[in-house]
Formats: sequence, C-alpha cells, structure tokens
Amino acid sequence: MIKLFKVKEKQRELAENANGKGHVKKQSAGELRLHKDISELNLPMTCIISFPNGKDDLMNFEITIRPDEGYYLGGAFLFSFQVSHIYPHEPPKVKCKTKVYHPNIDLEGNVCLNILREDWKPVLNINTVIYGLYHLFTEPNYEDPLNHDAAAVLRDNPKMFQSNVRKAMMGGYVGQTHFQRLSSFDHFFTAGTSVCKMYAMTY
Amino acid sequence: MATVPPSRSRDLDKLLLRPGHLVGPNFEPGPELRDDIKEYVKVLVVGAGGLGCELLKDLALSGFRNLDVIDMDRIEVTNLNRQFLFRLEDVGKPKAEVAAKRVMERVSGVNITSHFCRIEDKPLDFYSDFSIIVLGLDSIEARSYINAVACGFLEYDSGDNPREETVKPMVDGGTEGFKGHARIIVPGTTPCFECTIWLFPPQVKFPLCTLAETPRTAAHCIEYAHLIKWDEVHSGKTFDPDNPEHIQWVYYEALKRAELFGIQGVTFSLTQGVVKNIIPAIASTNAIISAACALETLKIVSGCSRTLSNYLTYNGVEGLHTKVTEFVRDRDCLVCGPGVLIELDTSITLRKFIDLLEGHPGLLLSRVSVTHRGKNLYMQAPPVLEEMTRSNLDIPLFDLMVKIPKDIVHVNGMVGKGDKKQSCLRKLRVVFKGIDGVTDVDMAGGA
Ligand SMILES: [Zn+2]
Repeated sequence: MIKLFKVKEKQRELAENANGKGHVKKQSAGELRLHKDISELNLPMTCIISFPNGKDDLMNFEITIRPDEGYYLGGAFLFSFQVSHIYPHEPPKVKCKTKVYHPNIDLEGNVCLNILREDWKPVLNINTVIYGLYHLFTEPNYEDPLNHDAAAVLRDNPKMFQSNVRKAMMGGYVGQTHFQRLSSFDHFFTAGTSVCKMYAMTY
Repeated sequence: MATVPPSRSRDLDKLLLRPGHLVGPNFEPGPELRDDIKEYVKVLVVGAGGLGCELLKDLALSGFRNLDVIDMDRIEVTNLNRQFLFRLEDVGKPKAEVAAKRVMERVSGVNITSHFCRIEDKPLDFYSDFSIIVLGLDSIEARSYINAVACGFLEYDSGDNPREETVKPMVDGGTEGFKGHARIIVPGTTPCFECTIWLFPPQVKFPLCTLAETPRTAAHCIEYAHLIKWDEVHSGKTFDPDNPEHIQWVYYEALKRAELFGIQGVTFSLTQGVVKNIIPAIASTNAIISAACALETLKIVSGCSRTLSNYLTYNGVEGLHTKVTEFVRDRDCLVCGPGVLIELDTSITLRKFIDLLEGHPGLLLSRVSVTHRGKNLYMQAPPVLEEMTRSNLDIPLFDLMVKIPKDIVHVNGMVGKGDKKQSCLRKLRVVFKGIDGVTDVDMAGGA
C-alpha cells in the first residue's frame, strides 16, 4: 500500500485541509444495538422508562417499577441503567436507587439477578432485564440473598416478611435499618386502595 | 540491477530491494521503496505497555521512521519486569513519553511523537493522518473504539467496493499469559474487530449473592470488596481502578474477607488483576506477538510478502500450537459494512424517508426508528421518546442531517410479514442528489 500512503502523505502536506469532519463523534456498535433495543421496548404499565439526559443519551436511563401484585404492591422503585460501548458483549450495569427491604437487593442498591451477571448473553436485551427486575418484586427469592436478614425472614416467616416490607415502604425501622417512606405509597393509599387487599395477599 | 548504497538495515534491504516469488501484489522492490517507507509512512502505535514497548522497538528497527505512540497510563513498578524500555527511576512518568524517548535514543534517525492521553481525547483528524494503526492493547473497549474510528474513514463506491484511498489498515496484537493473537484488519476486505467480537470471551462475572454469602475463592473476596463493600463504606464515591489508593483499600478489605472465610491467595497483584480484568502478562509472549504484528505491518506497507490472512493464534501453554484462520467479514456489519446506498432529494421529509424504507426492495423495513451521528431523529418506542422525536417527522431529512451531502444513517425496524417478522438494524449510506461536493472527483488520490 506504499504508493497510496505516499500519495496521501504528499496531499496532506500540500493541503493540510480541515474539512470540518474532525470532531464528529462516532457511534459505537454498542450504542447502535442499544438504540435497537430501546426502540423495540414493549413495557408493561408497571414499568416506566425515562431518560434523564434527554433523547440522545440512551446509554444512561432509568426505570421505575410499580409492582401491581405481591409484597411490594404500592411501592415505586427506581433503577438506573448504565450501558457500555461494547454492549451487548457486556451486560448493562443496574442499580436500585430506592432503598428497599428485599432479599435480592442490598441496601446500597446492588441487585442479584442472574442475567445481569453470570447468565448474561448477548442475545438478551434491555426488555429481558426489565422483566427480570419486575419479577424480583413479584417473586422475591431467599435462595440468592444479598440482604441476608431479609432473605432469612422471607424463608422462615413470610408473614413477618410481609409486615417488614410494609414497614419499610411506609417509612420506619426494620431492625437497625431505617427506610424512607415511599411517596408512591402515600399516593397508593389516598387513591383509595384498601389495606385489606394488602393483607389478603399474605400467606 | 543498480548498486545500492550500504544501509544500516542490511537484512531489511534483502526484503525490500530484491524481487521474489512470495511477494505481495504490487510489490516494487528497490531503494525507492525503502526510502519511501522512511519518508512517507506514518505509523500509530496504540498502547505503550508490554506490547507497545516491543512494537516501537520492532517497528523502529524495521525501517519505519515516523512513529507516534499514544497511552494514558503512567509507569508502575509492576510493569518493569516486561516493559523493558522503562527503568525504576521512570516510575510515575507517562509510558508513551518514556517509551518514545528510549527508542529514539537507541535507534538513530527514528522520530517518535508521544501522546499522553486517552484515545478518545484525540479528534478523528489525528487518526486519519496515519498510514496504518498498530494496536497493543489489553481492553476490548479500546480496540472497539479504534476499530470504529478506522472503519469510519472507509467509503464505498456505488458498486459497494471499498475505495482504496479511504482504507485505514490496522494490525492488532493481544496476549493473555502464554496465549496470544495477531491479526490484520483491512476495513472493507477482512473482518473488522466488530465482525468477530465473539472471538473475545466475555469477562467472567460472579453472581453478587455468591460474593455476599458464599465466597469460595480469592477472586470472590476481591470482587466482594470491590463491588459490594466499597459502596457500603464510600456512599456515592465511585471506585476508580486507576487510583492506587482505591486498589489498596480493596486489597485490605479482600484480605479481611478472605481471613473470615479461611480463603488463601489474596494478593495485591491479584487484586489489580481481578478489578482491572488484567491477565498476567509474560514478556516472551508479548515479544512473539509484537514481532508478528511488526512483520505484518511491514508486509502490508511494502508488499514485500503476502500478509497474514487474517488471524493468527499462538498458544504456548503446552508445547506450542499456532495457526492462522481466515475469518470472513460480515457484509452486514454496522461498523465496516457498506450499508445500503440510498439516494434522496433534499426536500424529502423524515416521514417520507421512513415510508420509502418500507417499499425499498433491499430493506422492506416497517416500524422504522432512525439515528444519525448520535442524534435520535425518530424513535418508535418507548412512548416518551416517540413523543420527543415526533416533531422531526415533518422536517426534511437533509436539514435533520445538518445538510451533510452524504453520510451514514442507522435505522432499525421489522422485516418480513406476519409471524415471520424479525427485528433488524441496518446501516444506510444516504446521498443527497444535486449537492456540490458529492461527486467522485473530490475523493483523494484515486485508485
Ligand atoms: Zn465489521
């Protein structure tokens, strides 16, 4: 290719032309694949997506999950997603921004969900992850604990687990840990849903 | 044949000055070739670590005179066993600067410009200046970035053939312990990095609950300290793997954890390795792989021999096993592929453009979303983005593309009918008709 390099180098020396193409950002393959994932999202009513940095930054977005059944009914839980430029070679980084009493989510917001780590495959997508997160709220499981205490209570005493979850969502202490009252929970009650419905769901 | 003046690189001359029957196409031996390599060829070496040190030395000794090296790291004590251009007194200095200086001291006449910065900090013009780019990196992200930049210069003619003058070749080396690879990437001809990203195994990620509850290995303890304990203690402060204090903290926490669970083997260097995903490097493997890369660089540039086609793997774990595999490029690759050529009038609106794709025989795309240079022009979903981009539908695409006469646009949507509908992502080469500067005449050189 020497001939070509020589011609190009001579031209460059002559011209040093700045054609304004210089600082254009390249879209990474990861961004493009994410664009596809996002434009094909098919979310249930219980999951709302938002883009804090506007429509052109899809790499950082948030999901709010409002479970419509189970222990966490009435709560709203915010998750942040951070997607890398080599997505889907690497899974998105997901953190729970709402402090929650949950066996599979620790108090710092780390989430134990297999498809976010050891079972991630490039054929999976953002939709799958969001559904996975949603299921953590309808089916919390004590076998993969990140919050050790919550997992033990869920395993040994589901009724107490139910009451702890409620305590946490309404704002208060569970053991030594203080939880903030979820504003969604206020809304939930003023909206007229009866407390009986909550009790009816317990085991 | 004319007599040739004596050269310091006598052995190299044997390759460059004489004809042969194993040479590459268009090989024209002679002193002019040797001199042109010195004068006109500019090589960029990305990375000044284990591979980069070797590459700079090898390239300088192979007759290249104009080299640049880019690396954002500073020299650490642990580098000294294999990054042979560095001395104890260099610890803390930028790798690129010291490496450039040392090679220039040893090889007279070579000119190496160093760039102590991140690869993303350089404008695209910086990369377009080089004849060829040689990569000595240890991360997938960095390779993917350089690959996207180099493939971004590639243009295709109306017959979907790469325009030779826009081809920016790359040579990529990588090692992991006793294993390594060397490959050439000629965008538009060989697969690019993205075409074959599956060759790189994803990093092993341990389940968080294992780290939190049932650690069994030293790596589990380190990842616990890094991923869980760090957040617990430093609320809000993000962990920086390049900050020695942060690594030190993780190391001590991992040690405590290991003690608690009776686990052996947590060391400082393992901590660095796990957290930064570094596999132990071996000097000789680096030397072998770098030598292969330097040779391929010389071959691509000079044509003095046929190049590797196109991916060499080296495995020295048990005895020695090496082979060359010819991977094929993905013609639909979003990064290096030609994309579908679409000619448009400047007046066409985004809405009409989207309709047009549905009827386009090569695409038949429905429910189309459109993105251009990082701007999302239209999104079918989710509703929040659809709403934000809806007003673009009645604006001419030419205006939305800031009046660039020809450029790449990416679209995705559904192909097929009924149950066989499949989602797909496509690259388009949009060219606007009747705009000055889109003719072939303005292209550099010509084949
Ligand atoms: Zn490709």
